[in-house]
Amino acid sequence: MFDLILTQTLNGLASASSLFLVASGLSIIFGVTRIVNFAHGSLYMLGAYIAWTLVSRFGPADALGFWGGVVLAALLVGMIGVVIEVLILRRIYQAPELFQLLATFGVVLMLQDLTLATWGAEDKLGPRAPGFKSFVILFGNRFPTYELFLIAVGPLVLLVLWLLFQKTRWGTLVRAATQDREMVGALGVNQRLLFTSVFFFGAMLAGLGGALQLPREAVNLHMDLAMISEAFVVVVVGGLGSVTGAYLAAILIGILHAFGILIFPKITLVLVFLVMAVVLVVKPYGLMGKAPVGHARGHGPAEPLLLPADNLTKLAGLIGLAVLALAPLVAPDHILLTLTELVIFALFAASLHFMMGPGGMASFGHAAYFGLGAYGAALAVKWLGAPMEPALLFAPFLAGIAGVVFGWFCVRLSGVYLAMLTLAFAQIAWATAFQWVEVTGGDNGILGVWPSSWAASKFAFYYLALIICAASILALRLTIFSPLGYALRAARDNPLRSEAIGIDVMRIQWIAFIVAAFAAGIAGALFAFFKGSVFPTYMAIPRSVDALLMVLLGGVQTVSGPIVGAFAFAGLSEQLMKATMYWRFVLGFSIVLLVIAFPRGLVGASLLGLERWRGRPEAAAKPVLATEAGR
Amino acid sequence: MSVVMTPSQVATAVDASAPVLVVRDLQKSFGGVRAVDGVSFSVEAGTMLALIGPNGAGKTTCFNMLNGQLKPDKGEVVLAGRPITGIKPRAVWRMGVGRTFQITATFTSMTVRENIQMALISHAGEIFSPFGRARDKYREAADALLGQVGMESQADRACGVLAYGDLKRVELAVALANQPKLLLMDEPTAGMAPRERIELMALTAEIAAAKGIAVLFTEHDMDVVFTHSDSVIVLDRGRLIAHGTAEQVRHDPNVRAVYLGSGATSGGH
Repeated sequence: MFDLILTQTLNGLASASSLFLVASGLSIIFGVTRIVNFAHGSLYMLGAYIAWTLVSRFGPADALGFWGGVVLAALLVGMIGVVIEVLILRRIYQAPELFQLLATFGVVLMLQDLTLATWGAEDKLGPRAPGFKSFVILFGNRFPTYELFLIAVGPLVLLVLWLLFQKTRWGTLVRAATQDREMVGALGVNQRLLFTSVFFFGAMLAGLGGALQLPREAVNLHMDLAMISEAFVVVVVGGLGSVTGAYLAAILIGILHAFGILIFPKITLVLVFLVMAVVLVVKPYGLMGKAPVGHARGHGPAEPLLLPADNLTKLAGLIGLAVLALAPLVAPDHILLTLTELVIFALFAASLHFMMGPGGMASFGHAAYFGLGAYGAALAVKWLGAPMEPALLFAPFLAGIAGVVFGWFCVRLSGVYLAMLTLAFAQIAWATAFQWVEVTGGDNGILGVWPSSWAASKFAFYYLALIICAASILALRLTIFSPLGYALRAARDNPLRSEAIGIDVMRIQWIAFIVAAFAAGIAGALFAFFKGSVFPTYMAIPRSVDALLMVLLGGVQTVSGPIVGAFAFAGLSEQLMKATMYWRFVLGFSIVLLVIAFPRGLVGASLLGLERWRGRPEAAAKPVLATEAGR
Repeated sequence: MSVVMTPSQVATAVDASAPVLVVRDLQKSFGGVRAVDGVSFSVEAGTMLALIGPNGAGKTTCFNMLNGQLKPDKGEVVLAGRPITGIKPRAVWRMGVGRTFQITATFTSMTVRENIQMALISHAGEIFSPFGRARDKYREAADALLGQVGMESQADRACGVLAYGDLKRVELAVALANQPKLLLMDEPTAGMAPRERIELMALTAEIAAAKGIAVLFTEHDMDVVFTHSDSVIVLDRGRLIAHGTAEQVRHDPNVRAVYLGSGATSGGH
């Protein structure tokens, strides 16, 4: 028993090292640039791939070849980080943080396809590290020496980082910038150089983390998202910006994984979630984190005025609805299928917009609720033998209940912290669907989720979806203009003032979270019956990002934006997928371009253009404050 | 008249004609430093009490213990005979305390009128209602409040585009929406032009007198303090060093010493 505990502890510590390298890089970059680099997992993956290539070329048996390859790979990844920073991030430091996150996700997509194109889809098996081929006997157990080496890497890097930050001028500047970026700028420090060097350093750490994994696991294309969600958990638990916190959290998570696999193999991720939940309840900003100074809730740019739709907008909405209602009379079947999907996605986007726009809470894991709606419907059909109607009714409640639980934690945080937590929760939902094979069918999903016979035709199901989605979107819209919606907007605009006039900010946001989850659940349930099956991918990160893209494409501060965005995005991505095998690259590239060109979204940008064209000086001079209405 | 009392005096002061706000022996330390040390005072209906003192005197700490943002280590805050010590800001508001902030806090995505409507909706306990249009609720009441502060002509403008002085007036109207017994104003005239300051405080005094609202405000501008306060209390290093009318405080040797002989009338620092 004792040696088992020991072995698992050592295993946990060994896996914690790479996690720490990635998370600390993420943390340092965030500290200085305030950018949460979604692509950090991709840099980790690149580190592994590049190291694989270099080590294979230099000769894996040769110590110099191996270690040279690892170090060179880390440096190259650092350079890739510099390229990303100079070409993309430098242009968006002033953009809203959500757009920054999105741009880095665009980079994730691009790097995914670049990696696929360069190295192919097959896993790459790495060599053993020369000089570390043997085992050590510890308490009668064989333990690979490379694991011991990895265990030492963690504290070693921590020490190096500490020395770097305490003893060098560069480190002092990094710490100063982490505390007060503007002040450092005011003191005449070359910020560009500082930011770029920090990005190089953080990227290099991620690359090193990936390269060091080479002897431990096969290099594959899923390393990026698997790592980034874990790194987010580590950073949230440890405290954003704290390297020591990242180390403690990495060890905690690593050990938890090692023992979790032993004791509760099915729910390792749920365990991680529980620990994270406990930490966040006790210390909302993580083990070593401090409450962000000066950018507390609501201290963002002034939110634009939101007005109810004018007659022209209402007319446009009615015409749009009429076109959708009449479309089946002329549209061929395949168009009808596309339209059904678009209508469902419009509701999905509108549900995210509800919490993101008026609620000011950006979710990076909204697919969880969409997926739970879909699984709710599928499980009701599969295990309870329910027909479509009760399943459709039941499903959103599953999503809503998840919203109650997850939302309770999430509303305690704000901004990027909240976004990361929503992502972590979504990963837990995804992992549950993926791991709990007996109930959910795992990767194979649940098949045979078909509509009742009256709704089985494409024609009938389209109308079913259209009616439910249009009604739900309308209900969300009415809520935005109801007292509840106003209180929600008040809480977002100015939490201090809200509390001072008796508004319970957290409770209002919690309600909004639940409403958004419920509405996403409706969309998910419809989607399950539309496709006839559900899969864990319904809850995966890319689907959450789809929803974000729809909302941001349309413009988050407009009520109609998400609907326009959903149609624009879903139409675009379908064409892309047909047109090229590397659609991810094109999509990622478009996201990056979009963020750089239209930081206010399509509807936002066109409204701005309209106001300028009408020549209203006040509106044109203060676009942020007065132009975007609820159109 | 607002007066400063010793704890024993306060004990006898609670009766029918009790002051709106009674503060007894308030105390708060931060890491061993006593930011507020045994402060007692009271404010009566319809009067304006100014809380002044040099930077670091404990004004803000004291204020934040009254409005619920900070929990006192010791002492008691009583509003109209009911203890409100250590309760949350939103609960303090429900008990009948309106407040304005040093840096104006309004809802920028709403019009001026909607800002007031929001406060009225909350006062009516309807913030959780998903039904009806918020824009149509309490419109007349909101316009009436805006009329009181002279902002009715700008009711449909976005709060984000207002001039700073106008924003302060909107905030005052918001603070009046729950028919408060007590108004807490943290640096109400900070960042305003001198004429605007006088206008805003004259307006506040007028409303306070008319509605019987007790007003407690912190202030740096001594002109404002001496023109618009019924009485003044002076804090220094967490302790209450003087109280009385503006005239009394002006000639108080302790106060003069604290302000380093710079002359209490020269506008503070």
